[in-house]
Amino acid sequence: MAVAKKEQELIVSVSPHIRSEESTSRIMWTVTLSLLPAFAMAVYYFGPRAVYVTALCIVGSLFSEWLVQRMAGKEITIKDGSAFLTGVLLGLNMPSSVPFYIPLVASFVAVAITKQLFGGLGYNIFNPALIGRAFALITWPRAMTTWFTPTAAFMGMDATTTATPLGIMKEEGVQKLLEVFGDKMTLYTKLLIGYRAGSLGETSVIALLIGAAFLLYKRYISWHIPVSFLATVGVLTWIFGGKEGLFTGDPIVHLLSGGLMLGAWFMATDYVTCPSVKKGQIIFGIGCGFLTALIRLKAGYPEGVMFAILLMNCFTPLIDRNLKSRVFGARKEAGK
Amino acid sequence: MEHQLPEEKVSYLKILKTAIFKENVIFRLVISLCPSIAVTNSVRNGFLLGIAVVFVQVMVNVTVAALRRFIHPRIRIPIFMLIISGWVTIVDMIMAAYARAAYKEIGLYIQIIVAFASILARAEMFASKNKVLPSFFDGLGSSLGFLGALVTISFFRELLGKGTLLGHTIVNAKPLLIMVMPTGGFLVVGLLMGFFNWIDMRFYGGKGAGGAGGH
Repeated sequence: MAVAKKEQELIVSVSPHIRSEESTSRIMWTVTLSLLPAFAMAVYYFGPRAVYVTALCIVGSLFSEWLVQRMAGKEITIKDGSAFLTGVLLGLNMPSSVPFYIPLVASFVAVAITKQLFGGLGYNIFNPALIGRAFALITWPRAMTTWFTPTAAFMGMDATTTATPLGIMKEEGVQKLLEVFGDKMTLYTKLLIGYRAGSLGETSVIALLIGAAFLLYKRYISWHIPVSFLATVGVLTWIFGGKEGLFTGDPIVHLLSGGLMLGAWFMATDYVTCPSVKKGQIIFGIGCGFLTALIRLKAGYPEGVMFAILLMNCFTPLIDRNLKSRVFGARKEAGK
Repeated sequence: MEHQLPEEKVSYLKILKTAIFKENVIFRLVISLCPSIAVTNSVRNGFLLGIAVVFVQVMVNVTVAALRRFIHPRIRIPIFMLIISGWVTIVDMIMAAYARAAYKEIGLYIQIIVAFASILARAEMFASKNKVLPSFFDGLGSSLGFLGALVTISFFRELLGKGTLLGHTIVNAKPLLIMVMPTGGFLVVGLLMGFFNWIDMRFYGGKGAGGAGGH
């Protein structure tokens, strides 16, 4: 059979017909690269533990991917970067003090169970890194919520445990938060640069925004999900967040704290588990924001980004199915 | 119907083995999943419920097979339900009278045996079409398969979730707290099902079952 040149091949296929040079692995590695600023800040604040925890997550993810693909007799794709990215995201979602087995087990749950057992990359219903974290949070509630104050001192020997800003706000209210951090401006600044307790990669809003801006510039993510997500959280916490009545909440604290920035820009925008229709992405973002605000203000956990995104992941197929554009000229199906 | 083989030629051992392994209620037919998650947080509960199910299943199969010529096909399901609930009531009363401690823990689930899909399924699939003795072995095999599955699931859940086995401490810690929650039940059932399918495909050349394959 004569080998036709790429341009001369007549390929009959369904859309998309125009393909770009982007490949899966290139996207994965670029997203990983965009997390570098957040990772650097994590190392700056939490010291060698940050490297240690993240490295364990990456090793666990790659090994799990290799193991399942080997057992299933599939092609081994640990080089495409998706397992690596899951490992990085999982690591950035862990507190700095976790014992070594938590990252390993969580990354196994994330990659082997959530991704590979559902059919591999592209077939998973839920965001793997978030399932890994949810599993760890439910299984080891204490270890996963022991937060340390960040210490710019490299070894971090004088680190002490403390609550996250959202935890303080949930337990003791905004006033206590202001007592801990000083006045309002100091609070906002510290939250912005990330000088607070929290998971490794979620603290520094600035670093996360730099990464997100890079992804937006490269057009790897669109603004629809993050902006509708953040806007919904902001509006809802402004209206219902205050103790004194409606419209007395502090949306800025809510927007800058917790895992919101990491979740909205890097987790909710995962290609596999979010809707592909733009209108659907906005619904998805609003749903995430609503659930996050609901959990933060009314439920038992101080932070709800993880559960909000996971719950909305369930609705992704439903959203996509009901909002996909009708084929031109085709009749509406009966019953729709 | 694969069960309507010439009755004399089928050995009882084969019926028993088929019902235990090839048509394992939980891992191959994927029915009666509710008890497999609800009562399997300790081996003791899983075992006790399994024993109760063995008794009910065997008696129901025998009764249905004995009465199969008198049950009108149109109203067979209500009749089966009556037979099942009769036997479950007997087990319930016996346990309440003679095994009070166990009854306090799993009494609720004993009464729910009435609604187990596996019992109705065996009565409908096998006992209503076969003689008494084959039905006896089918009921025994099916319920032993169920018992085995419950014990296997609860073994992993109790060991991983509480660090104990039959109440004795094995590991002095709670390695995976999630395992005693319902979530852990789903995880263990799914992973074991996948594992058995993997063994079947790898070593016995089967096509795997479960999920959409089972009815």
